[in-house]
Amino acid sequence: MTVSPNPVSPDYFAYPSDADTLARLRAKLGLTAEAEGLLDIAYTTVDSPVGALLLAATPKGLIRVAYDIEDHDRVLDALSQRVSPRVLRAPRRLDAAARELGEYFGGQRQVFDLPLDLSLSRGFRQLVQRHLPQIGYGQTRTYGQVAELVGNPKAVRAVGTACATNPLPVVVPCHRVLRADGTMGGYVGGSSAKATLLRLEAA
Amino acid sequence: MSVSVKQPFEKVVEQHGGTVLRVCRVLLGVHDAQDAWSETFLAAMRAYPGLPDDANAEAWLVTIAHRKAIDVLRARSRQPAPVEAVPDAPTGLGVPGASDGDLWQAVRALPDRQRQAVAYHYVAGLPYAEIARIIGGTTDAARRAAADGIKNLRKNYPGAALKGAPA
Repeated sequence: MTVSPNPVSPDYFAYPSDADTLARLRAKLGLTAEAEGLLDIAYTTVDSPVGALLLAATPKGLIRVAYDIEDHDRVLDALSQRVSPRVLRAPRRLDAAARELGEYFGGQRQVFDLPLDLSLSRGFRQLVQRHLPQIGYGQTRTYGQVAELVGNPKAVRAVGTACATNPLPVVVPCHRVLRADGTMGGYVGGSSAKATLLRLEAA
Repeated sequence: MSVSVKQPFEKVVEQHGGTVLRVCRVLLGVHDAQDAWSETFLAAMRAYPGLPDDANAEAWLVTIAHRKAIDVLRARSRQPAPVEAVPDAPTGLGVPGASDGDLWQAVRALPDRQRQAVAYHYVAGLPYAEIARIIGGTTDAARRAAADGIKNLRKNYPGAALKGAPA
């Protein structure tokens, strides 16, 4: 690889301050896109006792809460395909959700009061997810009891699937649903996350 | 994993934001580059859902930046702003040992097509065929414009010829 009589290096037009400039321009893009109605999905990440959580919202409300083990990049790719590719890291729309989650993990909040966008789930799954907030803080139900709650007592397995595919874990409390034998059952965030939430709520 | 997937727009900004900033800087100077960047990405975000999944995002962004830069230059020529003589050079930044002012003067002194060809080939790394599509004319003409641009830059700003970029 010889260097032939040669071009200007692209570096000549770069500045050491470009990282700061770009961070500022990107933040401004988020605000302008929001103002112009182009920000279909805004997201941010927050730290929590159950690891980093991805929070994503449409103009309608919170559409996704994702655990680290779900792989945030994959979750964003899926949102891009299923909802809209106009996705930006723009924390402001998530301010209320981040604050309420902070309060919840701090033991100061038992009920979430956030607009939700349930459009990632349909039919029976969405029906179950709509009912889950009726299980109060610190309480638990079995999959069978939830099936009865939604008026379809035989649909125990479908309730399990609805819980496993809950796009809004923590906020929509699928962690409060256990197996009939008292064992925890699966959880989208892993069983230790489920145990952590149940312990938090039992305190 | 599917073959062609439309990435979240955030990834497009992350991957190409720096290149677009440098391209805008070459086209317009330091002063107007940031506004052009903002307008480019806002327009890109508006159009993004319609972009084919397998499109070359960088060439697409450069095309948008090219149009935005032309808008800015037209607006400039319509109203010869009294403050336009303000030096473009940022202080305390840039290439050590070189005067940025000289570099920007040399860039600004280039004919438009040469400046565009230099920006799109040497800064954005686009092939000449793509550049011809953006600025019009043939691939050969685009190649010549870039070569002439570099020659002129070297003449007027000798420091610019020091380093090689991958061909």
